[in-house]
Amino acid sequence: MKAQHEQRRKERLDRGIKVRSDGIYALMSWRELCYLVLPRLVLIVGILMLPLLMPTMYWQRVISIVCIYALLTLSFDFLAHFVGLVSLGGAFFIGTGGYLAAILNQSLGLPPLLSIPLATVIGAIICTLFLLPCLPLRGVYFAIVTLMYPLLLMRVIEALNILGGTDGIVGIGSFANRWVEQYFIIIMVLLFLFGVRRLVNQDLGLVFRAVKDNDQAVRASGMSITYYKTIAVFIASAMGCLGGAYLVHIYMWAGLSTFALDFSILPIAATVIGGAGTLVGPVLGAFILVPISELLRAFGTLRIVFYALILLAFIVFRSEGIMVYSQRKYHQFEKWVRV
Amino acid sequence: MNAPPLLQVNQVTKAFGGIFALNDVSFDLHEGEILGIIGPNGSGKTTLVNCITGFIDLTAGEVLFRGRVISGKPAHKIADMGVTRTFQIMRPYFSLPAYKNLVIPLFAPRAKRTGGWRGGGKLGDRNTVSIDILEELGFERESFVPYKMASNLPTGYLKRLELARCLALNPEIIICDEVFSGLSMSEIASMVPLMERLQMEGITLIMIEHRLRELFRVANRIMVLNFGEKLMEGTAEEVMADEKVKEAYFGSEEVEEVMEHA
Ligand SMILES: Nc1ncnc2c1ncn2[C@@H]1O[C@H](COP(=O)(O)OP(=O)(O)OP(=O)(O)O)[C@@H](O)[C@H]1O
Ligand SMILES: [Mg+2]
Repeated sequence: MKAQHEQRRKERLDRGIKVRSDGIYALMSWRELCYLVLPRLVLIVGILMLPLLMPTMYWQRVISIVCIYALLTLSFDFLAHFVGLVSLGGAFFIGTGGYLAAILNQSLGLPPLLSIPLATVIGAIICTLFLLPCLPLRGVYFAIVTLMYPLLLMRVIEALNILGGTDGIVGIGSFANRWVEQYFIIIMVLLFLFGVRRLVNQDLGLVFRAVKDNDQAVRASGMSITYYKTIAVFIASAMGCLGGAYLVHIYMWAGLSTFALDFSILPIAATVIGGAGTLVGPVLGAFILVPISELLRAFGTLRIVFYALILLAFIVFRSEGIMVYSQRKYHQFEKWVRV
Repeated sequence: MNAPPLLQVNQVTKAFGGIFALNDVSFDLHEGEILGIIGPNGSGKTTLVNCITGFIDLTAGEVLFRGRVISGKPAHKIADMGVTRTFQIMRPYFSLPAYKNLVIPLFAPRAKRTGGWRGGGKLGDRNTVSIDILEELGFERESFVPYKMASNLPTGYLKRLELARCLALNPEIIICDEVFSGLSMSEIASMVPLMERLQMEGITLIMIEHRLRELFRVANRIMVLNFGEKLMEGTAEEVMADEKVKEAYFGSEEVEEVMEHA
C-alpha cells in the first residue's frame, strides 16, 4: 500500500485584465468591464439600499451612526497609511465639528444643510491649527496630542460651564425628514471614500505617501513636510468634523459625550478588521463593527469583551484584513496542484 | 578668478555634545567646477553636507550661496534655492516604483518654477518626464526597471535615483555623498561620464568619495578632511604629494594604489 501522503501546493494565477498603466485599462470586452466595475457597483448600490432595507427607526439610526464612524475610519486610515500620522483624534474632530454646528444652528439659526458644511470647514481649520504645533515632531507625539485635546476641552467646558456645561446645547434643528437625514450622510461617505481614493493616487497623494515613506527625502526635494502634513490633517479633520456636525443634528443635542473616547478607538479596530491602507476596507470594517457593537448593547459593559475577542481574532488569524483578503481572492485564481 | 564664489563655507563648526565633528572648516565653491572632498571614515564629510543643506544646525560659522546667508534656513528652503544633495544612506521611497519616486521632486515648487532638469517638466506630464530623466541616467526605458518598486532596485540604480531626485529640481549645485561607493567598476565607469556631462551642462558639483582614482579623474580641486578639520586643498597631484594626507590615510591601500598610478 502506498502512503497517502501527497504533497500539495497552492498555485496562484492572476485573473487580471491587461493594465497599461495605473488607472488606464485596456478593456477588451464586456466581461472585463464587468470584472472591473462590478465590485464598485455592488458597494455603491449596497450602501445606497441600506436605508430601504432597515426594518425599524432604531436600525435606521444605526446606519447614520455607522456612516459617522465610516468617515472617522476613513480619516484614520488616510492619515495613518498614506501620511504616516497615527491619529487618535476621532473624538476631537467629532466634538469640534459637533459644537460648532450646534453654535451655528442656535445662534445664527442656520439650517442643517448650511451649518454642517460650515462647521466642517471651520472645524477642520480649528483642529488643524490646534494640531499644528506637533506636526513637525516625529513619533508618537501626534497620537498623544490628538488624544489629549478632547479630554482637555471636555474639562474646560465642564469647569467653566460654557457651551451649556454638562447639560450640553439642546434644541438643535433636525433634518427635514429621515430620507434627507440618511441619504445626506450616505452620499457624503461615498463622496469622501472615492475622493480620498482618487487623491492618494494623484501627484499630491504621492507626496503624502512620500512624507510617510521618507520625510528627509521630501525635504531634500525642496518641499516642506509640515506644509503637506497640514493639508493632510485638514482633509482628515474635515471628515471628522463633518461627522460631528451631522451627529448633533440627528440627536438635536450637542453634549460632552461628543468627545467620547469611542470615536477615537473604534476607527482603529475597524481599520484592522477591514484591511489597513485600502480605504474601502476600513469603511466596510465600520459597517461591520458598529452594528455588532449595537447588537451587543444588551450585554451592557460585557460587550467590550466580545468586541475585544473579535478584534483579537482578527489580529491573530487574518491580520491582513477583510479587504486585502477578498481583493486577493477576486483577482487571482487559486488551485491546489500536486507536487 | 574674479567671479564671486557660488558657495562660501565660512568657519563652520559642528559639535555633537563634546565631540567636534567639524572644526572651523572653510572653503569656496566656484560656479561650474567639481570639488572633491575626501577624508577617512568619520572625518565629518557627511556632517559637512548636512550643515550646508540645512539638515542639521551649525554650532558656529555660516554658509553663503550667491552671497546670501543660507545657514539657519530650513532644509527645504535651501533645496528650493537649488542647493541639492544625495544621501550616503540612500533614501528612496521604497513603497513607490522608481518613476513615481521622481514624480515627487517634479511636483516640488522649484521643479514647477524651473521645469526641472533641462526644463522638461514644463512640457510633458510628470510620469513621462520622470521616465525621460531616468532614461538619461541609465534606466532603460523599454525595460521594466523604471517601473520596479524602489525596494527591489539594486544599489547601482538607487544611487542613480538619488542623483535623479536632485536633477528633477534643476539644481545649481549637487552635493554627492559617495555616489560611487557600493558600485562595481563597470557601474562607476558608466557614472563618470555622466558626472562630466552634468558639469558641462553648468551644474556645480561637490563629490565626496572614497574611490580616489575615479574622483581624481573628474574633480578639478580636492579638499581633504581629517577629524573634522580641513587638512589641505589643492589639485589631485598636490594632495597626493602631501605628507599630512599620506599620514591621515596611512595604511590605506587605496591611496598607495592611486599613488603608484600617478
Ligand atoms: N547625529 C550625530 N550625533 C552624534 N555624533 C554624530 C552624528 N552624526 C555624526 N556624528 C559623528 O561625527 C563624526 C563625523 O561623522 P560623518 O558621518 O560626518 O563622517 P563621514 O566623513 O561622512 O564618514 P564616512 O566616510 O564613514 O561616511 C563621526 O565621529 C560621527 O560619529
Ligand atoms: Mg559619510
